[in-house]
Amino acid sequence: MTTYAVEVVYRGVFQKTLSRNICRGIVLAAHKEGKVGTAFGRYGDSPERNGVPAKYFAVVADDRIELEESLAKYEPKEVDVTICADDTLCRGLESWGWYGLQAINALTKENGTLIVTSKQTPESLLEDIHRTDTPYNLAILSGPASFSGLWVYKDDHTDVRILGALAKVLPGLVGLESYCQAIEEQWKSGAKVVSARRSYEQLHVRPVEPGEGSSAPRFSFEKPGWEEMKEALVVQGVAKGAGFRGGDGGFQAGRSEVFKKFSTRTMRPVINFEICTKCTLCWLQCPDTCFDVTPDGLYDVNTEACCGCGVCEDVCPVPDCITMVGEEHFKDNFSQYDWYQRDKEGYRQWLKGITAAQSAQKRSHGLHHWGQYQEELAAAGRGDNDDN
Amino acid sequence: MTTRTQTPVEREELISGSEAIARACALADIDVVTAYPIRPYDTVMQFVSKLIADGELKCEFIIAESEHSQFEIVKHASAVGARTFVGSSGVGWFYAMEAIAVTAGLRLPVVAMVGNRALDDPGAFGCEHNDALAVRDLGWLLTWVSSGQEALDTALIAWRVAEDPRVFLPCAISADGAFLTHAQQMVRVPDKGLVERFLPPYRRGEFQLHPDNPITIAPQVNEDWLMEMRKQSDAAMRRARGVIVEACDAFERVFGRKLTPFVEEYMTEDADTILVGMGTLAMPIKVAVRRLRAQGQKVGFLRLKWFRPFPVEDVQRVLSRAKAVGVIDRDYSFGSPFHSGVLSHEVRSALYDAAARPPMVSFVAGLGGREVTQPLATEMFTIAGQVARSGRSDNETYWIGVRGKQS
Repeated sequence: MTTYAVEVVYRGVFQKTLSRNICRGIVLAAHKEGKVGTAFGRYGDSPERNGVPAKYFAVVADDRIELEESLAKYEPKEVDVTICADDTLCRGLESWGWYGLQAINALTKENGTLIVTSKQTPESLLEDIHRTDTPYNLAILSGPASFSGLWVYKDDHTDVRILGALAKVLPGLVGLESYCQAIEEQWKSGAKVVSARRSYEQLHVRPVEPGEGSSAPRFSFEKPGWEEMKEALVVQGVAKGAGFRGGDGGFQAGRSEVFKKFSTRTMRPVINFEICTKCTLCWLQCPDTCFDVTPDGLYDVNTEACCGCGVCEDVCPVPDCITMVGEEHFKDNFSQYDWYQRDKEGYRQWLKGITAAQSAQKRSHGLHHWGQYQEELAAAGRGDNDDN
Repeated sequence: MTTRTQTPVEREELISGSEAIARACALADIDVVTAYPIRPYDTVMQFVSKLIADGELKCEFIIAESEHSQFEIVKHASAVGARTFVGSSGVGWFYAMEAIAVTAGLRLPVVAMVGNRALDDPGAFGCEHNDALAVRDLGWLLTWVSSGQEALDTALIAWRVAEDPRVFLPCAISADGAFLTHAQQMVRVPDKGLVERFLPPYRRGEFQLHPDNPITIAPQVNEDWLMEMRKQSDAAMRRARGVIVEACDAFERVFGRKLTPFVEEYMTEDADTILVGMGTLAMPIKVAVRRLRAQGQKVGFLRLKWFRPFPVEDVQRVLSRAKAVGVIDRDYSFGSPFHSGVLSHEVRSALYDAAARPPMVSFVAGLGGREVTQPLATEMFTIAGQVARSGRSDNETYWIGVRGKQS
């Protein structure tokens, strides 16, 4: 009696089909070996929303009776393998289905494996990944965050490359040959079978010791009983006249202490305070009310509340006043306004560099025409099937 | 201490059940009322608008474009602290169902009048109770009245109970279409000053939507929260029992008229055979009780005034001493156990662990507003009497007054 569980942590809408294909591939391959399984997305997630972290699961058991122990659940208590096809999720994720930031490896078993598609080194990734009390393995599949399976993107074989990697790190679940059979049947593509085999051979696995990784706090939250909860579904808002950070000047919206949502973000707005005309448009239009009004009438992005949608950049009437910048350039949710107040010259220099670096990039969600993805790949000097 | 210089008065007037509820709206000094026409409820909105035109009531009278909006508007008005009144009938009530469900979920003490009406199609104006009963599980306080006087009294009690912070649940007063909504009887209408002593102002406190009290209501929640919120509604409904008793005590102190909180017992004390029902069915059944009593038969009638919260203690106390119980439903529940109506199931459930469990029989009567005549009322007592003699429940549900075979 052995039940195996695998999760795919992914970004809403962009990777929904990818994660589904991976989990269905696992179950269909297990079927080849006479095992039974189930594949399901986490119900409380909102996988149709732009960038929202979400999860997909595959659970495989020896027979139907054994599988019943894993059915009618929202998610397994722990998983043998965690798969992440966007390395910006390694800092942790907050889905719509729970409260507060969870570590990427929160469900990963002792001696289990975290498979990440990334261009980074294991050491660089471990700066982001929460440390654990037990050892596990970190496997890296070389590659960028994949949108494979989203209809406007080209199939880059990430789904089958991950299945090949799974055969390597968890051979007890399903063997490589069964994966290859299932891939052949599902996709009718010899090239995809080759990709799975290559990935099996090339996978790099690094053991991670307890204590290795980021020391950022893990989220914990005590849920109250019904007698202690406020009745009538009431949530307290911010008191009238609440100023910037509790002061007299400016304005700050009320925000949940336990529900932040920033892990949805792959880009964040960077503000040039010196050309801001204080027109209020970013503050009015932000769907997450993430702009705080400073006592001098400027707008500071509260990056704990920002989902990175880019509406502020779109509505800002001043060229280059708000620029969306990729999350890989940041390590935390610092206040740009604080930095600007403290060190204007330093901020100016940083702003110049960071926005220049951005000028070559396109927004992660900004697909405007058919074939744009292929053009971007070509512009970046990468052909199809990069590592295959 | 002040000496009482003037005894507040009640004035007798010849008014319909609908007008009685409209008068209660004026006496309760409601803030917001919304309307959308459907018979028989529409008579209430006509009387309320007349009271406003006559200067006897000052309130927002909003004619909505549908029942859904009608109930949404009072829901929001109630959230900002307005005393509200609303109502509908039959499929109109059903069209508002989404708003009706969330009004209870958000714990908003809207008071509604349901002029009971059959559900279309086919189009029918007559009385059936399935409209109001459809919300029986949602957290609405549900009461059925049987006279114009009771309609007025119950409306005042409804606001007091619903708006009590221990409860904060909406309340629907069911009034049988035609027999109550459209029939005029002498009703004692109390002085407004008297009502003010009975009915305190609606204070929503920390739950009130107001710029000085910035709150969000109705958040999105998941499986981690909703069960606790449902439990809170359950606790509120349980507390409502005591609050109803308190309100009836206060009613007697202020108005000098004694009301039994949950049920009306009619010659049940020594009765061998007891029929149970709600609403205006009480009239023909009570007549039949008197006639059969005159013939020496020990029969009685138990009328449930409140359906939610369900008066389980009264039902057990009164019915467990009977030799047979017949439950009359002016509603249906197709495919249910024994194919009886809703009330029958509830009474059976309440009696399951009663001290003594009497044999039972179920009746469906008066559907589509059909009259329950004396022969029909007597027929029900006859069938129930057979059950009493046999000592065993009869699981046939008898359709009383239907043309054709029983089954």
